[in-house]
Amino acid sequence: MRVFLQRITAGVQSAGFIHPKVVENQEEVKMKKSIILGALTIAGLSAGAAAAGTLDDVKARGTLNCGVTTGLVGFAAPDANGEWVGFDVSVCRAVAAAVLGDATAVEFVPTTGKTRFTALSSGEIDLLARNTTWTFSRDTDLKFDFVGVNYYDGQGFLVPKALGVSSAKDLDGATVCIQTGTTTELNLADFFRANNISYEPVPIETNAEGTQQYLAGACDTYTTDASGLASTRATFENPGDHVLLPEIVSKEPLGPLVRHGDNEWGDIVRWTLNALITAEELGVSSTNVAEMATSTTNPEVARLLGTEGELGGMIGLDADWAKRAIESEGNYGEIFAKNIGEETPIGLARGLNAQWTDGGLLYSPPFR
Amino acid sequence: MSDTHEHSVAFVRTTDIEQQPAPSNAAGPVKWMRDNLFATWPNALLTVASAYVIYLILTATLPWILGGLWNTSSLAECREVLQGKSAACFSVLTDRWNQLLFGFKYPSEFYWRPTLALVLMFFALAPVLFFDLPRKLLIMTLLYPFVAYWLIWGGTIWVPVFALLGFIAGYFVYARFVAQNFALGFFGGVAAAAVVWYVAGFVVSMLAPESPLLASVPSRDLGGFMLNMMLGLTCVSLSIPLGIALALGRQSSMPLIKWMCVVFIEFIRGVPLITLLFVASVMLAYFFPPDATVDLFLRVVIMITIFSAAYIAEVVRGGLAALPKGQYEAADSLGLDYAQAMRLIILPQALKISIPGIVNIAVGLFKDTTLVSVISMFDLVGMIRGPILASTDWNGVYWELLGFAAVLFFVVCYGISQYSQWLERRLATDHR
Amino acid sequence: MTLQVIAAILLALALAYLYSNLAANLRAAGLNISFAFLGSSAGYDINQTLIEYDSQASNFRAAIVGILNTLLVAFLACITATVLGVLAGVLRLSNNWLVRKLMAVYVEIFRNIPILIWIIIIFTIMTAVMPGARAYLGEDPERGLLGGLFAFTNRGVYTPAPIFTTGFGGAEGSGLNWLLVIAALVASFFGTRFMTARADKIQGETGVRPNTFFVNLAIWFVPLIILAFLLGLSWDMPDPLANRFNLRGGIQIGAPLIALWLALSVYTGAFIAENVRAGIQAVSKGQTEAAAALGIRPRRVMSLVVLPQALRVIIPPLISQYLNITKNSSLAIAVGYADVTATLGGITLNQTGRAIECVLLLMAFYLIISLSISAVMNVYNNSMKLKER
Repeated sequence: MRVFLQRITAGVQSAGFIHPKVVENQEEVKMKKSIILGALTIAGLSAGAAAAGTLDDVKARGTLNCGVTTGLVGFAAPDANGEWVGFDVSVCRAVAAAVLGDATAVEFVPTTGKTRFTALSSGEIDLLARNTTWTFSRDTDLKFDFVGVNYYDGQGFLVPKALGVSSAKDLDGATVCIQTGTTTELNLADFFRANNISYEPVPIETNAEGTQQYLAGACDTYTTDASGLASTRATFENPGDHVLLPEIVSKEPLGPLVRHGDNEWGDIVRWTLNALITAEELGVSSTNVAEMATSTTNPEVARLLGTEGELGGMIGLDADWAKRAIESEGNYGEIFAKNIGEETPIGLARGLNAQWTDGGLLYSPPFR
Repeated sequence: MSDTHEHSVAFVRTTDIEQQPAPSNAAGPVKWMRDNLFATWPNALLTVASAYVIYLILTATLPWILGGLWNTSSLAECREVLQGKSAACFSVLTDRWNQLLFGFKYPSEFYWRPTLALVLMFFALAPVLFFDLPRKLLIMTLLYPFVAYWLIWGGTIWVPVFALLGFIAGYFVYARFVAQNFALGFFGGVAAAAVVWYVAGFVVSMLAPESPLLASVPSRDLGGFMLNMMLGLTCVSLSIPLGIALALGRQSSMPLIKWMCVVFIEFIRGVPLITLLFVASVMLAYFFPPDATVDLFLRVVIMITIFSAAYIAEVVRGGLAALPKGQYEAADSLGLDYAQAMRLIILPQALKISIPGIVNIAVGLFKDTTLVSVISMFDLVGMIRGPILASTDWNGVYWELLGFAAVLFFVVCYGISQYSQWLERRLATDHR
Repeated sequence: MTLQVIAAILLALALAYLYSNLAANLRAAGLNISFAFLGSSAGYDINQTLIEYDSQASNFRAAIVGILNTLLVAFLACITATVLGVLAGVLRLSNNWLVRKLMAVYVEIFRNIPILIWIIIIFTIMTAVMPGARAYLGEDPERGLLGGLFAFTNRGVYTPAPIFTTGFGGAEGSGLNWLLVIAALVASFFGTRFMTARADKIQGETGVRPNTFFVNLAIWFVPLIILAFLLGLSWDMPDPLANRFNLRGGIQIGAPLIALWLALSVYTGAFIAENVRAGIQAVSKGQTEAAAALGIRPRRVMSLVVLPQALRVIIPPLISQYLNITKNSSLAIAVGYADVTATLGGITLNQTGRAIECVLLLMAFYLIISLSISAVMNVYNNSMKLKER
């Protein structure tokens, strides 16, 4: 019966509705089958399954399944041609370039605040790069591993200039539109309680509706991550009429995350991100990476780009992994400038997201 | 009735009605207006009030619609052209037309495929909807799901071919044995189909060419109004047989089966569709085998199908209950067994009574497919609330987009309900 | 019998299969099923609450707030949808051509466009067309309060709130005062029922119906006036000066609530109109003609002959429309109204990540509501069954 079902499932699989997590590893499949059979007889008493190797799955599948937002301009949004572009998207593409050698071999899975964690823990996606705040309970209780921080954010407030508010502490009694998603509602409640002032929350599911409410004056202020506010303000008719208040009421380290327990895969994503950061620190960019790889005299650059040492092999990839990631998407600074930097409509300054050498927080461990 | 006589006394006139003027027998528009619009004073007031309401609505919307712009490239440009005048900016529809219909991910060079599938759909539905057409055309209907699947998803043609072969094998086995025993025929058919699909599981992966004739499109890339249509059509057609089975189960004399069906139906009907969609998006993944993940599209289809099956089951149950008891007894007295009686006597009549109800469920279900926008699928409403309104170009064009979605749904749903009314008149064979 | 055994085995197998998958998946992800999160602090605020709530309250309390909000909007929408539906249904049979057509257009437009689109459209109308709250604020506002009492803004409607200054709980007021008011209303209800029954009896005996209108009026209002006097009723007015962002004081009915309420009412109203029309048309013409032949006045024909018979046809689908309203109110998340889907199934789910638990609780709540409404409906159906001789 079980085998029979498996065959039929295989038929449906080839129709494209069911995506096997493990294709290559027949041993594992067999083991799991027996586990399920055991579970059928003594339901719930079987031993735990060994964690499948995400790296093997991704390689076997040939694409990386990457969870992103349903649309936040600058971070992850489909452009007019339907191609996903943005800051988080670039992380996905860099990982795909490092692992598969092809930055376009990414399936982007749009997730909402509600569906993202299930999508990751159920294995629908291999990697979640969806401006998700690194918090204690998500890291521990929900069994995820945050592999690093790709954007240091904080929750801010957007107000119309005409309102004449200069500090978030002046917002006593204001109606606040909240874009739900990260930890926004909780920070907001904490901030107003700490300052002993009152407010009327209006939680809004999508950014478009939040903007509509805010612009119509149905709320006095709009709050979400400061980067998101900047990206939203960029789409306004008159961006100059609105200001971001100086208070940043929370720490929002946003970073990609993977399932807990698959440390090999976690290492790959972590060090791909670190490679992008290190590349900027060392002056390696998408334009000069090929040249640097052959001519560099800096030993760390050589190790990063795989001309020296065996770093790629240590994480189960080839020597050129970091080179490909940098080549396809550019270093951290390029990705930032291209998607959300000051030249773009979103116009974010580097701020906390500058290299540590420039007074920011980006500090990649050394490649050696 | 004698005691009610005193009751009614106070309501009965005690005086004669005054003599009325002779009815005017004039004809023409004046007469018509006097009869239909200004029959009495309150009636005339009502007419004037209604006319005023219509006037208000038209003056508010007509100039806005008629002055609409159709070919600018962004809202900012619209505002520039209009210079403060109030008019629609329909350019968003022309600019994002394909995205509204097909979603933002469906490869643009393949737009002809879903379009062709849509055209074929009319041919496939025609023999079902209009009974006067030759019955042989039903072949088209039966082939349609496989053709449409292949057109929309692409990939190797062997998948739909083997799926079809499975059904054909099942049918032949069924036709061979049904004369002896329905259960034998039915389960034999199922087994035969399963065997074919079992074999296909091996064969397809061997036969599949490297680059199939139609490039395959993952179902995550489906979107726009196409997604609404697909979900609506698939789920309705899948849920009708399931609903009939549930209805029969609920009427069954076997307590266990009856109990199972009742629990299932009442559970599904008791919760809103959106919670079932939450199940599909955040829970169902945990209930599938750990070594595979199932497409969100398929999960949603499963949940919507069981949702509508429960409602259809209730409609069919109503049809079964409405049949005179004599029909059941007549079938029994002819010596038909349960399966024969149902297949030949009961269901044909019960389903005929249920058709209007089923069409109503179908319309409701089609409208409910918009709810998938809540779980990060980009159907028509999802496209509007998500990528289009979030884009820098079109941030702020609500009315045009929402109006477009409303009109599109109205046309389809109104069309179906008009058909249903026509059908109801067509099928009215009761004794008058 | 064999079929039943097979079915039972299949069912058990299917359930065991699903359960084993669930167990294996959860174990692989290192998760567990636990409802402990319900007791921990929710951490978020809710703008429209019927009971005391702040961000320190538990997730369970947040869920209760959501449940009450669901019931509130469903209750309000049931009333308005019924009024609207009956009106439109009767007017669809009007002999005025224009009114008839207008109502047909209303019914068709609202029935054939998804409720989600209507909710979004009405919410957008609310925000875009209504004035901002700031128009009412300050020493010299652009707009004055309507009659000094009401403000209609795109954040919601502000009305004066009754408060009791000398009742239980002193100037602070307490829930006991409201219980008293409700008790008085219930007593008045039974009082009027009694009066009507008495009038029926007298009419049955003498043929002359005593006029109960003024007595009933007194039964409704005299106790309320006495209570208001005893408890020191006064009104808390919306105050444009207390705060620079919002009106303070009074009752605020938020825009999301109004939008959802309106959308549910007009949408379901269209369906109810059809039920009402079908119900009235189901009463055969002979009944009306017979009543007319008896000399009953036209208005009485409707209330004494047609409606009582039509109600038998109208009520069952009407109740299932009420069920639909309750279920459709779960679309509140589209406008940010804090119903149970938005609190328990929304922010709580989002922040705790306890997807399975939250969705299960959510379904259990809706199931209980639906089953209770169905139970009421069955009782009604049995009591209304045609008692044939």
